[in-house]
Amino acid sequence: MFEAIFLQFLNGLDKGSAYALIALGLTLVFGTLGVVNFAHGALFMLGAFCAVLFRQLITLETVTLDPTQLSPWGAPLEVREPLVQSWFGDFGAVLVNYSVPFSILLTIPVMLVIGILFERGIIKHFYKRPHAEQILVTFGLAIVAQEIIKSIFGANPIPQPMPEEARGAADIGVWLGMQANVITYPIWRLVYFLFAGVIIGGVFAFLQFTTFGMVVRAGMADRETVGLLGINIDRRFTIMFGLAAVVAGIAGVMYTPLLPPNYHMGMDFLVLSFVVVVVGGMGSLPGAVAAGFLLGILQSFASMTQVKAIVPGIDQVIIYLVAVVILLVRPRGLMGRRGVMEA
Amino acid sequence: MTLLKRGLSRRRVLQTGMAGIIGTGVAPLMFTKGAWAQEFCNNPTGDTVTIGLNVPLTGAYAEEGADELRAYELAVKHLNGEGDGGLLNVLQPSALKGNGVLGKKVAFVTSDSQTKADVARAGATRMIERDGALMITGGSSSGVAVAVQGLCQEMGVIFMAGLTHSNDTTGKDKKRYGFRHFFNAYQSGVALGPVLGQEYGKDRKAYHLTADYTWGWTQEESMKNATEALGWETVAAVRTPLGAGDFSQFLTPVLNSGADVLILNHYGNDMVNSLTQAVQFGMRDREVNGKQFQIVVPLFSELMAKGAGANIKGIFGTSNWHWNLQDAGTKAFTKSFGAEYGAPPSQAAHTCYVQTLLYADACERAGTFYPPEVIKALEGHDFDGMGNGPTTYRAEDHQCMKNVLVVRGTENPTSEYDVLEVVQEVSRDAVDYDPSIFGGDLGPAEPAPMC
Repeated sequence: MFEAIFLQFLNGLDKGSAYALIALGLTLVFGTLGVVNFAHGALFMLGAFCAVLFRQLITLETVTLDPTQLSPWGAPLEVREPLVQSWFGDFGAVLVNYSVPFSILLTIPVMLVIGILFERGIIKHFYKRPHAEQILVTFGLAIVAQEIIKSIFGANPIPQPMPEEARGAADIGVWLGMQANVITYPIWRLVYFLFAGVIIGGVFAFLQFTTFGMVVRAGMADRETVGLLGINIDRRFTIMFGLAAVVAGIAGVMYTPLLPPNYHMGMDFLVLSFVVVVVGGMGSLPGAVAAGFLLGILQSFASMTQVKAIVPGIDQVIIYLVAVVILLVRPRGLMGRRGVMEA
Repeated sequence: MTLLKRGLSRRRVLQTGMAGIIGTGVAPLMFTKGAWAQEFCNNPTGDTVTIGLNVPLTGAYAEEGADELRAYELAVKHLNGEGDGGLLNVLQPSALKGNGVLGKKVAFVTSDSQTKADVARAGATRMIERDGALMITGGSSSGVAVAVQGLCQEMGVIFMAGLTHSNDTTGKDKKRYGFRHFFNAYQSGVALGPVLGQEYGKDRKAYHLTADYTWGWTQEESMKNATEALGWETVAAVRTPLGAGDFSQFLTPVLNSGADVLILNHYGNDMVNSLTQAVQFGMRDREVNGKQFQIVVPLFSELMAKGAGANIKGIFGTSNWHWNLQDAGTKAFTKSFGAEYGAPPSQAAHTCYVQTLLYADACERAGTFYPPEVIKALEGHDFDGMGNGPTTYRAEDHQCMKNVLVVRGTENPTSEYDVLEVVQEVSRDAVDYDPSIFGGDLGPAEPAPMC
């Protein structure tokens, strides 16, 4: 029984990592710009497709026809040779094997530009508008982004292989002194959890220990006063939007080996992430992270056969049930601040 | 007497009466072809006949849908006398002439069913009411097939099902206007059970993950029946939502359940995801109860196998058809499809292509598009040459009775298309069953007044 509980706990941490990363970006945008960004899921999806694009580029092939061999329908067989490997040899092979982590290098500048364009091009015009209008315009942006991706990459999921070394499962039981094969867990899911920890830690450190972060935090607390001190807080907030886009994007990149990306993957995560943000408390970064992991773990435990035998279908509704209970007991969420989204 | 007084002779009354009898009774028997003009839904009056293709181009079964659409386009081409003729050359018996159907060129309209029953019904309604579709066809979900089949029965339009594998399609939800060429979950269980017993022994504990809709339920039930008959124990059967994506929360409980076989009652992208993730969890490398852990995928397709890559090597399942069979029909279709699209056809493509030809052939044999006559032509029809051996469209439930393939993921593929190998061709007699076991009622054949 201990093994089963431990495995579900690991699974919850893994699910919670994705929820927490998306909710973190959402909260960053809400806390700095005061915008309810329904396009945030689309940013997660765009990041995932940066990984797809990167892999497509590095796996470009030359195709030649071999008339000596025939396909089952009688046409000359196509012989394909990968370009990157023929140009770079072993390094090309490494590049292909590690295409997902390497694609982060492409994703960071792309998502930064996309984030800044989103903010400067459209979202800044809605700062003083009601939240309902912000939701409508950002939701519209998400649909536009989805349809662009669908028209370029098609509607079907595009699998992204993980590096060979990360395929299969790690025997965690052996690490803990148990017998082999008692507790095993996919290596990439552990990598994703660690990655999420690094990113979340990085964002907190950036806000806590840099001058830029200090100004942003001050701006979040009192925008007008910071502006009166002669600091261009708008520009910093724009950069924060770009940063939130980068966080969402690289979270999407690293998720691709777990779930082949498709154009609506952002929407699948968006609703859940909003629940996470609301449960954590609007505008609270630690709240978003804590709620992400909490709901991930609860969802995972609710999927246990023993739990479902008592309450069938509980795994599908547990997150929303918990959200209702928490909002009834603590209307501002777990770590919500007074005055945020309150009249 | 009054009539006679007004100037009508007895001779005149007899003449008029006789003309009336001939006009209303005898003439239709003498001029069968075209006798039902304007009396049924979307009776084609111009020089084309339109069929409605209702395929999933998005959603969990989008890969299958795209291949189905390619097959339909090829079938229409061949029916209209274009291309190399494909299976028109090998269908036995055949009334097809390669000049369309009953002299009319075949045209088609399409709709993306999105693998959703409500969207599929709306699409089919639009194609019937707005586009004048005479016949609706498509797949690839049994939930969708059952929903659209019911609609077609109400509207008096024939539905030639694409890929649908639930027992319900030709069982409790069967309809007079619905026909299925594809095999079903019951037949998968009957065909696969003995092979699993032979390969994995009789002392096994199975854990089912099942897509939570009609197909998954009947697939699970059929596999349970087949494996429990072998002596296997069913540890748990867990339902998963269609299109769940991340199955990790359903897979973790498998690891400590004591099960040594995981049966994935998933199809399409769901199967690709659940199988890939199960392999990532190290399930194929595990030993449980002193035995090697095994994964079984009762319904396999080439497209799924390709999507799952190396993960499917050695995994058993069943298929309706496979492109590397060596009969004349399979060779003709693979050649035709491969030349057109540069890849071999999937089983989804094959069943849709065959259904289109069978409908056209039935119209030709009936000599009319009038649905009740076309239905009669299809019911109990024996044919061969389509890649599945001698086949019968069973009259009692509109289920095609034919051989079933037990397949396995190829261990050492020789090309990117060499993903499945046929382990056994189970004869149609072995997978035959009494059509009454699944209940249901075909309903009336007369066209409904709705359309």
